[in-house]
Amino acid sequence: MGEKLLMKGNEAIGEAAIRAGCRYYFGYPITPQSELMAYMAKKLLKMKDSAFVQAESEIAAINMVYGAAATGVRSMTSSSSPGISLKQEGISYIACAELPCVIVNMQRGGPGLGSIQPGQADYFQATKGGGHGDYHLIVLAPSSVQELVDLTMDAFDLADKYTNPAMILGDGLIGQMMESVEFKERKKIDLPDKEGWILTGCKGREKNYIVPFNLDPYEMEKVNLKIQEKYNELKEKEVRYETVNLDNADLIIVAYGTVARIAKTVIQNAKSEGINIGLIRPITLFPFPEKIIAETSEKVNKFLVVEMSMGQMVEDVKLAVNGKAEVNFYGRVGGVIPTQSEILTEIKKYLK
Amino acid sequence: MKKVFGSPKSLTKVPFTYCPGCHHGIAHRLIAEVLDEFGVREKTIGVCPVGCSVFAYVFFNCDMICAAHGRAPAVATGMKRSKPDSIIFTYQGDGDLASIGTAEIVHTANRGENITVIFINNAIYGMTGGQMAPTTLVGQVTQTSPYGRDPKTMGYPIRVAEMLSTLKGVAYISRVALSKPAYILKAKKAIRKAFQSQIEGKGFSLVEILSTCPTNWGLSPIEANKWLEENMIPYYPLGEFKTPEEVS
Repeated sequence: MGEKLLMKGNEAIGEAAIRAGCRYYFGYPITPQSELMAYMAKKLLKMKDSAFVQAESEIAAINMVYGAAATGVRSMTSSSSPGISLKQEGISYIACAELPCVIVNMQRGGPGLGSIQPGQADYFQATKGGGHGDYHLIVLAPSSVQELVDLTMDAFDLADKYTNPAMILGDGLIGQMMESVEFKERKKIDLPDKEGWILTGCKGREKNYIVPFNLDPYEMEKVNLKIQEKYNELKEKEVRYETVNLDNADLIIVAYGTVARIAKTVIQNAKSEGINIGLIRPITLFPFPEKIIAETSEKVNKFLVVEMSMGQMVEDVKLAVNGKAEVNFYGRVGGVIPTQSEILTEIKKYLK
Repeated sequence: MKKVFGSPKSLTKVPFTYCPGCHHGIAHRLIAEVLDEFGVREKTIGVCPVGCSVFAYVFFNCDMICAAHGRAPAVATGMKRSKPDSIIFTYQGDGDLASIGTAEIVHTANRGENITVIFINNAIYGMTGGQMAPTTLVGQVTQTSPYGRDPKTMGYPIRVAEMLSTLKGVAYISRVALSKPAYILKAKKAIRKAFQSQIEGKGFSLVEILSTCPTNWGLSPIEANKWLEENMIPYYPLGEFKTPEEVS
């Protein structure tokens, strides 16, 4: 039985990161995740062999993470949508260099300076690249403060296992709310040895170098192919999702994060009206759970994708469904959170 | 027969690919000699920039990492915080450090990060074909100042050494040149002081090295050295701008 605490989402991420062995945090304040930064400051500044740096910008912060990750330590940065935009070049470098690190995005309404309330309009940015070049982040989408804890700790393991940056894609709501969390005992997993490539000074060996660049296009192509192999492995082995009430459902909601929580209430409310709704909740957004969606589209012919965006994940759902069922979309943007009743009203339109 | 000169251990045996008359080769060698003299090659990590010296990772015989344009001081910060016993240096040009990287260099200096920055100031952007740099002189013709740098629309050249030396966290800042042997000897002394200051944990150190770019200046190597002495040194005076008292 682990330790149970009542924690605010943003702070729970910080505590989880520290328990996962992260001692190096570099960030810049931005609403709605500044509490995470403050928590890391309070904790890390009192610890040995650690560093907390409030960097001059989000760009500097991600580059500090790149440097620390190159020396083989677990390191992390966090921000919200506009700040994550700033980090894209750095993330591309980290992915090309095949370094592990964790990036937390507590999404807010966009585009531009947007709003400070929750959004899910960074899905494309998170899952389709965001930065230049062919690479992907491992993207995890928590739906509760407990999941913020569990997935943050998983993110460090996955990043190390695949030597690839990982992102926690949360939002302003989940970061601000307080829920009971348990810090459970975690199973130790086998992680690859870092000794062959980390930069620690070349004593006793040839020099190592980390250079995300090659003037020879055939060599650069090889780099890309090597990275893609990792993504193929991720797609085979690391897909995660939750399903609710798929059997006999007349319509399947596909939603992640905060919206999935709301969807679960929609399912309960619909049941009391005699309407049978199911939910597929992706937990990994990359790799995307296309198989379960494809399989379900053989049995149920209506999907409603609900997002706090103008429609981003819906495209991946349509690709997975591949024309076998009807895929509709409902969204609210700018920081607006959809209510259970408006979602149910929308669902009823498709069940007439 | 006594061996009086050789290639430093801190350089690889790969021949430099820099242009004839380019001072990168001299700067690389001086840094490598200092690392050898202090015996710190095996705990040194260098950060190379975007620019002609992106290839520094090929020439230096120590752990190296390539940073995004301008971000080397931030990368160095992440590394030094993680491995405080390492010797970390960045090697940056005038676009990397004084244009896109201005925030990073100012804040890394301001935090007093215990790293050494080697700043190659050749008043032009080399790798990309000769555009104006923040350190290009007034009236100097470049690809993006084809009628000469006009301060009214393009601003005045930035004196980085002086500017950074106003920050309290800075331990050692000096400006040197490589256009003649006497200057080269002084430059090596400055680079030594900078690394010594890091070894002694004194704070941030930077050596601004006035250098030539014969290819993009459109001059021969010898003409370029002359141009540097007649035009750059009057505007960018040589000397030490900040020293901790104890670094001798």
